[in-house]
Amino acid sequence: MSRVVIIGAGQAGASLAIKLRGLGHEGPITLIGSEEALPYQRPPLSKKYLLGEMEVERLHLRPRSFYEERRIELRPGVAVTSIDRAGKTVTLDDGTSLPYDQLALTTGAEPLRLPARLGGELPGTYTVRTLRDVDAMAPEFVEGRRVLIVGGGYIGLEAAAVAASRGLQVTLVEMAERILQRVAAPETSTYFRELHRGHGVDIREGVGVASLAGEGRVATAALSDGTTLATDFVVVGVGVRPATGLAEAAGLAIENGIRVDAHGRTTDPSIFAAGDCTSFPYRGQRVRLESVPNAIDQAEAAAASMLGSGKDYEARPWFWSDQYDVKLQIAGLNAGYDRTVVRPGARAGALSVWYYRGSELLAVDAMNDPRSYMTGKRWIEGGFSPPPAVVGDPQCDLKTLAAPGSPGAVPATPRGG
Amino acid sequence: MPRITYIEHDGTEHTVEVGNGLSVMEGARDNDIPGIEADCGGACACATCHVYVDPSWIGKIPAKDDAEADMLDFAAAPTSGASRLACQIRVGDHLDGLIVRMPETQG
Repeated sequence: MSRVVIIGAGQAGASLAIKLRGLGHEGPITLIGSEEALPYQRPPLSKKYLLGEMEVERLHLRPRSFYEERRIELRPGVAVTSIDRAGKTVTLDDGTSLPYDQLALTTGAEPLRLPARLGGELPGTYTVRTLRDVDAMAPEFVEGRRVLIVGGGYIGLEAAAVAASRGLQVTLVEMAERILQRVAAPETSTYFRELHRGHGVDIREGVGVASLAGEGRVATAALSDGTTLATDFVVVGVGVRPATGLAEAAGLAIENGIRVDAHGRTTDPSIFAAGDCTSFPYRGQRVRLESVPNAIDQAEAAAASMLGSGKDYEARPWFWSDQYDVKLQIAGLNAGYDRTVVRPGARAGALSVWYYRGSELLAVDAMNDPRSYMTGKRWIEGGFSPPPAVVGDPQCDLKTLAAPGSPGAVPATPRGG
Repeated sequence: MPRITYIEHDGTEHTVEVGNGLSVMEGARDNDIPGIEADCGGACACATCHVYVDPSWIGKIPAKDDAEADMLDFAAAPTSGASRLACQIRVGDHLDGLIVRMPETQG
């Protein structure tokens, strides 16, 4: 019986372990995680959990008994220090080592920080990745206090929404010309800029942090436009880097993440990888996704491959974000788009932005507009591209377009691929 | 604890105890019941926890909000009235004996 060791006990690691058992693997499975907590969901950390609307137990992906009953051995609070590929063992930071027949790397990503020389490690400065990060910053979210949020991506905007909802004075700076510049079209940026400004958030675009300062803890921020801002604490959401250190030290190929093939296999046939730490083939490109759905699906595909029953993994990218009473749902990947079409939704405040390359539909951002999301997702996965003029016509009913017998009647893609 | 019966598309029944306050989706997830995916973990974002509520229970569950209704309207094989997202149904003593059926696919 093959002995499987999984490094990284986040969403991908847990999904991989659970899927191995589900597919009938009977050998030992050890799931090693550097955090103390049971494997948990990260997305609520910057949303409902930080708002105080979700208890920690509900973050757990499965109860402890679930792992025990399935003989999935959890090794929390332990870090792997090295991989010996020739000897097929991993060494842990408690001095012990573990043999493996097959190894899976689900090491995730690490948040980028402001450099220490710029004050990035002053007390009162936080990143948003782990339960510990969020538990540490939560007591700072007290009505009337001032918070500076660095970075206008989804993490920064979600933190800003929580802070504004709880009555803090929120300033958000984004170094790029506009918030969400790396991930969305200007129309989507505009929607969220207006949403946040409507909740009193002071959004400053084209402005970065030159340095943070304070006696013993952060108190002021010098901004790149020459102004200085007094603040009580700082939340940094300036992106992540894939956690590839172990893989790199072990000599595995790295290409914007651990390079895996469509079966989740690295350049060592006994070592697989899945989730935020990997780059993989997608529609003729190589991509890396920072997303829970991909972590789940890619990990499950890798589990099947490890047992010799794998099919090519075809990612079906989607993402979501919750800010105030707005739910953003994104289907597809917009990289390479050359035009967008904006479609007002049926309900007040609903809007969708459709990304095209030529006549090919690539992605949809749907704000409080699940109809556009659900339809767009099915079309993108099914390879159907409605004419942009049709999508942009609010009189045109998506449901009619997708009705049986019409060109857009793409059946739902079966899961589990 | 309330007991909930989940019936897979092939007819396989699972009756399990689900703690008060959890969602019907979480009850399925924690008991490893196939047929409910719940990729988003309960954020009403993915519509992969679609279930059909047994007709005798439809009126006993709080109504769905607009977002849930829209998601279901465009899910695979929705049935008006019976279709719900399991993540949006909160379990309590009033749901002891609830029966839900899973669709063929979560799309």
